Order: sequence, then C-alpha cells, then structure tokens
Amino acid sequence: MDIPRYWRLKNQRYKLQGRKCQDCGTLSFPPRIVCQKCKSRQTEPFQFKGKGSLYSYTIIFQASGKFENSAPYIVGLIDLEEGIRITAQLTDIKLEEVRIGMRLEMVTRQIYEDGPRGPILYGYKFRPPLLKTAGRME
Amino acid sequence: MRKVAIVGLGQTPVREHWGNNLRDLAVTALRDAMEDAGVETLDGVCVGNMLSGALSEQEHLGSLIVDYAGLDGVEGMKIEAACGSGAAAIRMAVKAVASGLMDKVGVVGVEKLTEMSGNFSTTALATAADADYESTMGLNFVGINALLMCRYLHEYKYDKNDFSIFPVNAHQNAVHNFHAMFRHKITHEQYAESKMIAYPINLLDSSPIADGAASVIVVAQENVGQYAGKPVSILACEVGTDTIAVDNREDPLWLKGVERSVKKAYHVSGLSPKDIDFFEVHDAFSIMTALSLEASGFAEKGRAIEFAEKRGIDIQGGLPLSTCGGLKGRGHPVGATGVYQVLEAAQQLRGTVSEQIRVPKNDIALAQNIGGSGATVITTILKKIA
Repeated sequence: MDIPRYWRLKNQRYKLQGRKCQDCGTLSFPPRIVCQKCKSRQTEPFQFKGKGSLYSYTIIFQASGKFENSAPYIVGLIDLEEGIRITAQLTDIKLEEVRIGMRLEMVTRQIYEDGPRGPILYGYKFRPPLLKTAGRME
Repeated sequence: MRKVAIVGLGQTPVREHWGNNLRDLAVTALRDAMEDAGVETLDGVCVGNMLSGALSEQEHLGSLIVDYAGLDGVEGMKIEAACGSGAAAIRMAVKAVASGLMDKVGVVGVEKLTEMSGNFSTTALATAADADYESTMGLNFVGINALLMCRYLHEYKYDKNDFSIFPVNAHQNAVHNFHAMFRHKITHEQYAESKMIAYPINLLDSSPIADGAASVIVVAQENVGQYAGKPVSILACEVGTDTIAVDNREDPLWLKGVERSVKKAYHVSGLSPKDIDFFEVHDAFSIMTALSLEASGFAEKGRAIEFAEKRGIDIQGGLPLSTCGGLKGRGHPVGATGVYQVLEAAQQLRGTVSEQIRVPKNDIALAQNIGGSGATVITTILKKIA
C-alpha cells in the first residue's frame, strides 16, 4: 500500500495543483521543479480549474493489477483550458457516448481500493459537465 | 573514435521458456555469440533487461551472467531503458569500443516475462510509464498506445482495419524464422475479428509477452580479422529522448525521440532514408510502426499506411519491415528485443536467414528500438562488409 505516495500527491490528486514558472509563466502538470521551457528553478504552485476537452481516449477491456475488476473503463487525454494536457479516467458516462472534442470537468472519485479491508484511494476523474450550458456542444 | 563492428551472434528461440531461467537463457545466447566470434573471453558484458527485479526477484544481472558464463573477473552491468533496454546495452558497448576503452564487449539482452501470470507482467511493463500520473490512472501499456491510435484514426481519418497491413506482414515473415514465437500467418479478416484489448487496439495489433535472450559481440572494426565470425559494420547507434509521459508532448502523434535518434544516426553515418534497404521496426503495437515510419523520415506525417501499401513492406517490397517477424511475430521479450533486432539485421547482411525471408538488397539495415511510449529511442544503422 503506497500511503506515503498518496499523502505526498494529495494536492495533485484532490486539487489538480501544478506549478507555474515565475520567470516565463509556463505551466506544468505534473508539477515540475525545473521549467520545461526556460529551465528556471523559480516556480510556484498553480491551481488548474479542471475544465477542458477530450483529446483522445481508450476503453480498457483487459485491465491488470489494481484495476483488474474495473474493466471496461475509459481513460482519456484531456486538454485543460489553461493549455496543459493530462491523463485521467472518465466517469459518469456510457462507453458509447465518449467522443473526441467533448467538454469535460474534473470530479473527485474513487480510483481504487487496496483490497477489501484496505483504504480507498481517491483522485481526479473527468465527467461531462453537469451544468447544461457548460455541456452544450457546438 | 574507432569504427565498430559485430563479429558474433547468438540467440535462443523466443518462447514461453518455463523450463529455463534467466541465467541459462542469457548464458546460452552469450556463449553462442562468443563461439561464433571465436573468443574465449571478453573485456566487458552489457546486459539489456527491464524486469528481472520485478518478475524474477533478481537484480545484479551483470554479476549473475558473467559468473554463470564462466567469465571470472570480467566486468558486467545491467542497462535498463524499458523496452529499449536491449539496444541501450548495444549503445553502451559501442561507446566502450569506439572510445578505445575496450576491445571486445559482449551484449546480451534477456527477459523472462512468463515467470509470473500475465497480470503481473502487464502491471510490471506499465512501470515504463510515469508511475504517479499515467499508470495510477489505470493505464497500462496497451492503453497508452491505444490513446495514440485513437487520435491517429480521428486526425487522419483511417479505418482501424487499415492497420492490419503491419501485423499480417510480420506474421508472414515469422513463419520462416525458427526462433520466432508465432510461426503462422494471420489474415486481414482475422485481424478485423480480433478481440479488443484497449480500444482501438486489438489482440493482433499487440506483440506477445515472451521469454528469450539474444547476444552480439562488439569489436573494433580495425581488428575484425582477428575474429572467426563474419563481420558486420555498425555505422551508427544513436539515442534520442522525449518526455516520459505522452500527455506532456505537444504533438503526441510525432515521436520526437524517434526523430532525434534517426537524425543523429543519419548524420553520423552520412546516410538518408533512401539509402536504407530494410527496416527492423519497433512494432510492439501497429500504431508504433506507423508513427516510427513517419518520424524516421520514410513516410509523411499521417501517411504511413499509404506508404506501406504503395512502397511495399514485404520481403520483396521497397522497404521490407520486420523481416524475421518483428516484435509482433518473433515475440517481444522486452529487454532482449533491441538485441534481437540488431542480430536479425546482421543475419540479413550476412545472408544467413532462411531463403524465403532473405531481402533482395542487403547492404544497409536500420534497426530501431523504442523504450516506453517513445521516451528513449535507439536507432542502429548496420552495413555489410564486402
């Protein structure tokens, strides 16, 4: 059980916190302590809003390890509004509804259980927006 | 820098080797290569391997293998770069010999993926990705490739079944390679009906989990006369890198690691894509073949399938691919794969492969080994010595 890892990553898993370069403004998620663009080490925490659109996806039919009993499920690459792309599971959506370009928003959900008696680990997933206006497709 | 050549080749068949352990597979391949080269000892051994720790509870492979190969006192170390470990080990041997530090180095790539059940192996393979941000999202290695393929189909408007051209070719060639795991043909119809693993990747897009070991002996080209084995020249063995995670790349459909690696290899060798007679491509998944053909300068972006259809990728085609079966047909014992590729290219240049898969023009070969989803890429260019 990787409790230290989960504790260490709580700002990322629960709040989608990345970093911003104080010199050139480049954003990063996962957080980078060296700016990918200008190589500066002056960076500060940056809060992503958790809204974006689907760049690509896969439907996992044969899962392994902790996810063995979760299949089928969708994993997507999501383009956040701030210009960063992240990897996350999609939730609250039927397999046949997923399509590239759809609007998505972050939500905190169970990622996996560490066995029947172990802790439940939470983190970010993405779902179609609940508000109708936000979810309207062009 | 000295020019470098290969003078010895050795390999075990790629199989589910339940009866053989890591050390015996590695030692068999290494000793066969040494016999081929006609050498009694070596200056060093580079071991390519990814998962001995995770699946066989065995690290310190360099020590284990030189010990059991009877190479008392010889230096040996493991080199790890995920699925690129094999060619990464060759790269280290090339550096040692080219620099003059060593005269003859043995490279052995070895992997045992069937020690545990497939579930464990798949989970272990996912450690090639970003553990905190990719694998923990429930993404395995098939899934990462599937993300690329899904976007490729969307962006370039291909039908999924258009990709069958690559695995059908690989299997066709594997039939004639004794060491290959899948020595049977597959059809486009079987591909279309194949079971989905991670949409849009199906079973026949995917190279199999397997065990095996392959070995080459790397020496200075100026000394090839001292060895028994027919020499093949290494014109270039160059590494290119990219971000570890796919999501951190501006354009995930352009493998920058491949581009960087081939550009260096072409520069060092003074060659260009048109000089290449055949290509041992990293066809772990069909999508990787397509993306590699594009970033290596053979096909235009988004046009790999058209290129394959028009130019021809079978043995008689304009650019034969995966001539001994590739990862798909020969099998993908990950840390050994890069060595198998270079060994097979060398066999083609020597003219020793089965007649049915002997390429008509065999002067210059390109072999490309990809670690992870394109984060570490090693491109090797080999040339026949007349």
